[in-house]
Amino acid sequence: MKITRREFVQISGATAAGLAVSGLGFDLWPVKSHAQMLKTKYAKETLTICPYCAVGCGAIVHTSKKGDGRVINIEGDPDHVISRGSLCAKGAGLSGLSENENRLLEPMYRAPYAKEWKQVSWDWALTEVAKRVKKTRDATFTKKNKKGQVVNRTTDIVSVGSAALDNEECWIYQALLRALGLVYIEHQARI
Amino acid sequence: MTNHWIDIGNSDCILISGSNAAENHPISFKYVVKAMKKGAKLISVDPRFTRTSSKADIYAPMRSGTDIAILGGMIKYIIDNKLYNKKYVSAYTNAPFIVGKKFSFKNGLFSGYNRKARKYDKSKWAFEMDKKGVPKMDRSLKDPRCVFQLLKKHYSRYNTKLVSQITGTSEADLKKIYKPYAATGKTGKAGTIMYAMGWTQHTVGTQNIRAMAMIQLLLGNIGVAGGGVNALRGESNVQGSTDHCLLWHIWPGYLKTPRASNVSLAAYNKKWTPKSKDPISANWWQNYPKYSVSMLKSFFGGNATKANDFGYDWLPKVDDGTAYSWLDLFDEMYKGTVKGFFAWGQNPACSGANAGKTRQAMKNLDWMVNVNLFDNETGSFWHGPGMNPSTIKTEVFMLPCCVSFEKEGSITNSGRWMQWRYQGPKPLGNTRSDGDIMMELGFKLKELYKKGGAFPEPIINLKWDYMTNGTYDPHKVAKEINGYFLKNVDFPKKKKSFKKGQLVPSFAYLKADGSTSSGNWLYCNSYTEKGNMAARRGQEDAVNKIGLYPKFSWCWPVNRRIIYNRASVDLKGQPYDKKDWVVKWTGKKWIGDVPDGGWPPLGSLEKPNPKSKWAFIMRKHGHGQIFGPGRADGPFPEHYEPLECPIEKNLMSKERMNPTAVVYETDADAYLTCDPRYPFVGTTYRVAEHWQTGAMTRPQPWLLEMQPQVFVEMSEELAKLKGIKNGERVLATSARGSLECTAIVTKRFKPFKIGGNVVHQVGFPWCFGWRWPETGKEESANLLTASTGDPNTRIPETKAFMCNVSKL
Repeated sequence: MKITRREFVQISGATAAGLAVSGLGFDLWPVKSHAQMLKTKYAKETLTICPYCAVGCGAIVHTSKKGDGRVINIEGDPDHVISRGSLCAKGAGLSGLSENENRLLEPMYRAPYAKEWKQVSWDWALTEVAKRVKKTRDATFTKKNKKGQVVNRTTDIVSVGSAALDNEECWIYQALLRALGLVYIEHQARI
Repeated sequence: MTNHWIDIGNSDCILISGSNAAENHPISFKYVVKAMKKGAKLISVDPRFTRTSSKADIYAPMRSGTDIAILGGMIKYIIDNKLYNKKYVSAYTNAPFIVGKKFSFKNGLFSGYNRKARKYDKSKWAFEMDKKGVPKMDRSLKDPRCVFQLLKKHYSRYNTKLVSQITGTSEADLKKIYKPYAATGKTGKAGTIMYAMGWTQHTVGTQNIRAMAMIQLLLGNIGVAGGGVNALRGESNVQGSTDHCLLWHIWPGYLKTPRASNVSLAAYNKKWTPKSKDPISANWWQNYPKYSVSMLKSFFGGNATKANDFGYDWLPKVDDGTAYSWLDLFDEMYKGTVKGFFAWGQNPACSGANAGKTRQAMKNLDWMVNVNLFDNETGSFWHGPGMNPSTIKTEVFMLPCCVSFEKEGSITNSGRWMQWRYQGPKPLGNTRSDGDIMMELGFKLKELYKKGGAFPEPIINLKWDYMTNGTYDPHKVAKEINGYFLKNVDFPKKKKSFKKGQLVPSFAYLKADGSTSSGNWLYCNSYTEKGNMAARRGQEDAVNKIGLYPKFSWCWPVNRRIIYNRASVDLKGQPYDKKDWVVKWTGKKWIGDVPDGGWPPLGSLEKPNPKSKWAFIMRKHGHGQIFGPGRADGPFPEHYEPLECPIEKNLMSKERMNPTAVVYETDADAYLTCDPRYPFVGTTYRVAEHWQTGAMTRPQPWLLEMQPQVFVEMSEELAKLKGIKNGERVLATSARGSLECTAIVTKRFKPFKIGGNVVHQVGFPWCFGWRWPETGKEESANLLTASTGDPNTRIPETKAFMCNVSKL
């Protein structure tokens, strides 16, 4: 019988669990393996690459198709040719990154001299950010430098970030920043 | 990396230095272990005995900041014992090149130094050219002015006795690490280096890497399986973010940001396109204009035309000779000249050197936009320790982004492999993908600028149509990055024709006349008419079975897995290593990895096949650079002490520190070298359970439980000296700040003997910050580190500084 690496991991995991309790006199293998299948069998399975270091290990994300549609399980992807199903502590705990009550869920704003955050809407936040970008850029835009050379830039708005963005997001972000005339564009690669 | 993760398993000798791979790139260790099971030796050189060291065959301790002394000693060892690969060095590197008479080195300085400006006139290091304009060469390596002989002379000073006095590594240990590594110079053997920030975060960081690259060239380890110069990058997509150039000095694909003196597109292309008179040099960067024009077409679409220089003037220029780097940016912010700040997925309040200066600087801003998953020390800087919110005017917009697996897109690992990943759950709560946020911000700005404002052209003309059904579409961006034919284009020599709207198959088809677009020429070939190459999951290895897996994901350039692989064969195109071969010439074509240029083998050095090209195609002269005339601090690495060091004088020369290193001068940039108040060498590192500043990992209970507190790791000898017990809370201080931390007393650090004196070293993990855990008591080690940087990269020197540790 030809089985994939994934199936092997599933079966051996279930078998080990079954062996652990079989000393009690009854065979839990079919129950345990059914229970394991239940969680992930009815879930959406997608592939991801771990967001931490740059080895780029593969992981499988099981997302519930029921209820709140959240992550049920994240495990290593045995078919990933580099990581072969392994994950370090951070990758193994990936569900702790997404299913985390400390996550920011709403845009927030801190006014000048304020002591607290205020929850705001996305539309308000991005409208206000755009207004400030324009105001600062218009006030500080430099057509020519001290030598009289054309530079078309603003040095009064700066950006740092991010090596955590997807490639496509990196590209559009640097395009937007450069179109705005920023020259102070930096991120983790520099440090 | 010139090679890639799996390839490490092919190595005969692995040196891990400036890295603790077992701790911070844990899964990569699979391949280290694999190589070791096949008989490879693992060498760990580190100030501290780390998890990596615990697996090594050979461990050698060394004082932080003295890597060039160690590597220079290895270069001397290799040359003295004739262990370099003579055939390789003579044929593929610039060791035979004759250096001009203006080059010299004396008292720690190369010729051409201007002390006031702290800069070199690099023209003094130029090669001697023949009548055709090609560098003169002596392939026998005997000419006294050839690079090889100058190299030998330069490192003749790096004898083991002196190196030992500088580094604190015993002469016996030095020989223990040199011998097995140098043995990889033998034809058919390969050694590899795995390094990370332990080598780059120094005022001599670039030269650390240069030294190792030179060793690899001397030993014939570039372009071969199990060899290469393997940078272990720290972030899941720092490779991609670097390739797409979220950095001041480069445009996507490592093109140059235009300088103010590049007054037109033509002037810009002329300045940055290298010219070679050698017909055998591929000088691949001669294609520069094709890449810059195609990039401009991706920026501005149809609005970029020949008449307006493809929108060249719409993009900002930097002043000649000025840097706009991380350290400069925060220096300006501290001085109050910066008004607006985007901290998009980064936590500079904890990640930058001299974090206290950064935190103070942010008080001067009018506004900040902070995009992140969790609340963090940057977005919330205004209520951090020592901050009084009622005196801080900075407006902060904290925007919640979603987690990586709540969206779709690609990232590029350290091995240059671009991997596509998919959406699992939808973004939690009201979080949004970064791409989504960017697109909307861009649309709002375009709306505002339609009504007028300063220089609206670049914003109005920016191509910004990456949406499908009202949502950000990463596939559209990925295709734009690859590039399109914007009209029907024929390539008669290649016998190929393409229609308008087709995706460009590879950068060989990009043009400088505006008929092609490509957001990033390096990624051209990643998303073609054949589909999304990054999404591939092919399980089959290539015919040479060295772990290339050419159909799994996609890597740049053009899916070539090992760079400079034509240096792995002899002049007839036959592999030096018969067992682990990378490419092979069949008589008609190359098989194995994608060859580093499909040209036929050289055949001979004196009269190369006119259809062939030298092996190092990205270098102007086609040869690997042992002599590096383009570096700010010299063509050969030289040992200098860090900005803050434990000895008064540099034992190697009269110049104490890197004479071109960047030093800042605000009141927050205090530093004290060889000062009794800060007598211990300090360094920073990471732990497997946290990641970077901990902004993503400290809010996770499982991970925080495993590593709950910031600590200072010290030797038993130092603990005894200070009366400090293991587990006790202590105070670490530097000229810049202080850090309360838990003492870990261990055998893993031992005192060093430097120049006859005992010098203690301590280490701190930099993954903490006051926001999480919520006690606020576990702070950032970067409050101690100094804001000085490497003159080439401006990477801050966070790995070597001076500090004190005492009981609370």
